[in-house]
Amino acid sequence: MELEGRWRDLDYLLTRQGNVVGPGFEPGQEIREFLQDGCRVLVVGAGGLGCELLKDLALSGFGNIDVIDMDTIDVSNLNRQFLFRMGDVGKSKAEVASARIMERIPGVTEKPLDFYEQFHVIVLGLDSLEARRYMNSVACSFLEYDEDGQPDLSTVKPMVDGGTEGFKGHARVLIPGVTPCFECTLWLFPPQTKFPLCTLAETPRSPAHCIEYAKIILWPKERPDDTFDADCEEHMKWVYSKALARAAEFGIQGVTYQLTQGVVKNIIPAIASTNAIVAAQCTLEALKMVTMCSTGLNNYMMYVGTDGVYTLTTPYERDDKCPICSPGVSYAVQPTTTLRQLIDGLMEDPDLGKHLSAPSVSYGSTNLYMRGALEAQTRANLDKPISELVDTSDNVVLHINDKRLVSAMKIRLKFGGSNGSMET
Amino acid sequence: MDKSKRYDRGIRVWGAHGQEALEAARVCLLNAGPTGTEALKNLVLGGIHSFTIVDGAKVTPADLGNNFLLTADALAGSRAQCATECLKELNESVAGSYVEEAPRSLMNSNPDFFRQFTLVIATQLSETDATNLDVICRQHGVRLLLLRSYGLVGYLRPSMPEHRVIESKPDSKVDDLRLANPWPELAAYVESLDLATAEDHVHSHIPYAVLLAQAAKQWQQEHGGALPSSTPERAAFKELLKSWQRNIDGIPLEEENFTEAVSNAHKVWAPPSVPSELRAILADPAADTITAKSPDYWVLVAALKRFIEQEGQGQLPLEGSIPDMHASTQQYLELQRVYRARADADAAAVEAHARSLLEAAGRDPNSISTSDVKHFCKHARYLRLVRWRSLAEETEASSCRGEALRSALAAEDTADNAALYVLLRAADRFYETYQRYPGAYDSEVAEDAALLKSQANALLAECGAAGAVVSDDLVGEVCRCAAGELHVVAAVVGAIAAQEAIKLITCQYTPVGGTLIYNAMASTTSVFAF
Repeated sequence: MELEGRWRDLDYLLTRQGNVVGPGFEPGQEIREFLQDGCRVLVVGAGGLGCELLKDLALSGFGNIDVIDMDTIDVSNLNRQFLFRMGDVGKSKAEVASARIMERIPGVTEKPLDFYEQFHVIVLGLDSLEARRYMNSVACSFLEYDEDGQPDLSTVKPMVDGGTEGFKGHARVLIPGVTPCFECTLWLFPPQTKFPLCTLAETPRSPAHCIEYAKIILWPKERPDDTFDADCEEHMKWVYSKALARAAEFGIQGVTYQLTQGVVKNIIPAIASTNAIVAAQCTLEALKMVTMCSTGLNNYMMYVGTDGVYTLTTPYERDDKCPICSPGVSYAVQPTTTLRQLIDGLMEDPDLGKHLSAPSVSYGSTNLYMRGALEAQTRANLDKPISELVDTSDNVVLHINDKRLVSAMKIRLKFGGSNGSMET
Repeated sequence: MDKSKRYDRGIRVWGAHGQEALEAARVCLLNAGPTGTEALKNLVLGGIHSFTIVDGAKVTPADLGNNFLLTADALAGSRAQCATECLKELNESVAGSYVEEAPRSLMNSNPDFFRQFTLVIATQLSETDATNLDVICRQHGVRLLLLRSYGLVGYLRPSMPEHRVIESKPDSKVDDLRLANPWPELAAYVESLDLATAEDHVHSHIPYAVLLAQAAKQWQQEHGGALPSSTPERAAFKELLKSWQRNIDGIPLEEENFTEAVSNAHKVWAPPSVPSELRAILADPAADTITAKSPDYWVLVAALKRFIEQEGQGQLPLEGSIPDMHASTQQYLELQRVYRARADADAAAVEAHARSLLEAAGRDPNSISTSDVKHFCKHARYLRLVRWRSLAEETEASSCRGEALRSALAAEDTADNAALYVLLRAADRFYETYQRYPGAYDSEVAEDAALLKSQANALLAECGAAGAVVSDDLVGEVCRCAAGELHVVAAVVGAIAAQEAIKLITCQYTPVGGTLIYNAMASTTSVFAF
């Protein structure tokens, strides 16, 4: 039995018409009922952002929340992951988090489950670029375009993403085919700085150089039979003591155990307040996306709390050539170009090549060149010209599959001109 | 329990000394709605000493729909008690207590109650109550954070006379290398490295700072003491550097230190200047009259000022750290020692000034430790000072900044958020007039919008901003939400408040210098100093 008046404040927003709302907003009790019963939301990650997201979603009226997280609870999570207690250390994050939410907010079901298609919205609480790229390709894999190159809205799987570091964070909305996907804006994630090996081996100058030396050079040399495990205290202490010895040898100061852990595990400082800001912003956007009760974020919000409070809300733009979310990257070839030349060209393309390691190519239901079991059967196609393999009078879209891609990259062939990808 | 493990991720942000400050902080929360409990939740997780909740309300069904830190079994029970118990569960090291009394009544009956706290976080107070509390907190020297979540609008306002920051931890720091005007020890070290006779391996491992200092010296000798100032001169300076590179048959060897020198050449002709924030602090009257009551910060600013005028000859004390450079270990460490020695000497000079200032003010000349002086000198370039007007000054017709409000309402990027600021204040006046918030009843939303709009216009006229426009769309949105406290908006406001609280308690980073408005419709924020 739902407690009368429980959702009073939320109902103001969902049952009254407003002046600043999303397209097609129809206020009414049905929206709340849809949130409670019909809408399914997936939360990926039950860590710092995930704990906040689960609470925020449940208190924003979402009744069916699934959560995925393979990780277990660590003591160092307790400074921010408020659904966990000291006694939970070692248990599954997803299980403990969903149990705590259901205990506090009756009527909410949360379960650790997977497969993505059934969800109306996917909310990401992740800490790595790789995991984000994976989820991005999953969400974009559902996307289909109509003949005019417009996204088929029934195939759009929207996502909300957040991230934090210290006092800074971001929230963003990803609507495949409408707003940029992760691949469109990869430049937002700066590459990690890596020290040159010769600096580590010959001219160390900082405590971090000594720590990296112990981990990268000494470990494989002195403990070739052990796989280094950053979560094993004995391993971490070994690296620390070796780094300390190296620093002493060179007269470098400042190697501490805390720094050793930070360098080796690439620890990103994470605090409760920033996670809470970002997760609440993400939840608000999920609520707007599903109900249209207010205007949605377009499409990226940055939060910087180090010098006063500074936020920047900005509409990033899609990359027309994005191999993951565009209707197909236009690629120029000659009818006489062989399939092998085409594949080599794709591998060398500055935009496309980074997604490929050993691509397979198909055309509709026809396998043009496949890796693995079908390789021998399709190998002969490699030296055939394209004009023999596809109908060049038609709009030719090839599907490129690769182990680096979760879903196929779509290439639209344009005949004539010099080979290579082109502006659409 | 090992606290350093539990708090590790926070300690990486604010250091062990920041954590110590948090663990000593006693925080008072007024009203345990979601805005308040979310703020406190984030602070309890971070490891404050203790909290006290003041709230006279009983738990209602609506509380259970927007507040995670209340339980259904407490329905109709004390909200303060239930929230206290739920918050204590989050961290067994944090003590929690509560007073079951309405904040207004406690403010009237026992204003001294607030004296015991490091920080008071007051949520969902009307303007009148907030203004009274501000007076009490200022009297007792207690820091105050005012918060409000109102439908899709958030409000945050720190209030205290002055907040002094030594460790502002800016995102990017400039390197203070003194390449064009080296002090004697640095000049001697730079001279000691002879490029011409160095073996190839040594030649390619001389730190770029040394290369730049040598090039600067040669350039100055050839140009009557001047540094490269025009674009062609700067290009010529880089060519000079490149001409020193080793080569085989005219093809230069790959020497990373030279590549670094060329890309850092601007450090020769564009050394860091004294930032404007620091100039304002140095010019502040508080640094001119040091008394026995002056905070250490101001004593040290006065000492810094004397140093700049005397020993520093216009320069700040050297910070002492150098960026990483492609170099041999030995030469890099030698260079590091030269810089550190100078930083220590500068800090000692500042310390001497501080001692004599303390003595003149009648304080123990050793009452500021050497390590505190060093810490101050290391961060001197990035000192910050924030002062807030009292709430009474901000709101009273005689002292409010009507022109600033008018221009914020007229500027495209701040118009909506300034309008929301006006509407929050107008909603309070509406409440005082009609004993309900606008939009409280479904049937009267439209009528209330018209009444709220006239309250807003009256307020603008009083502030001297008559004629400024508040959009009808936003008036409507404020009525639509009827002062509802949405969990997500409360979570954002409470979490921003926790960040601000941490900054105020640790004296690290810079807090918001005015009133922050969070607009959940557009996902934007603005900070106003009205």
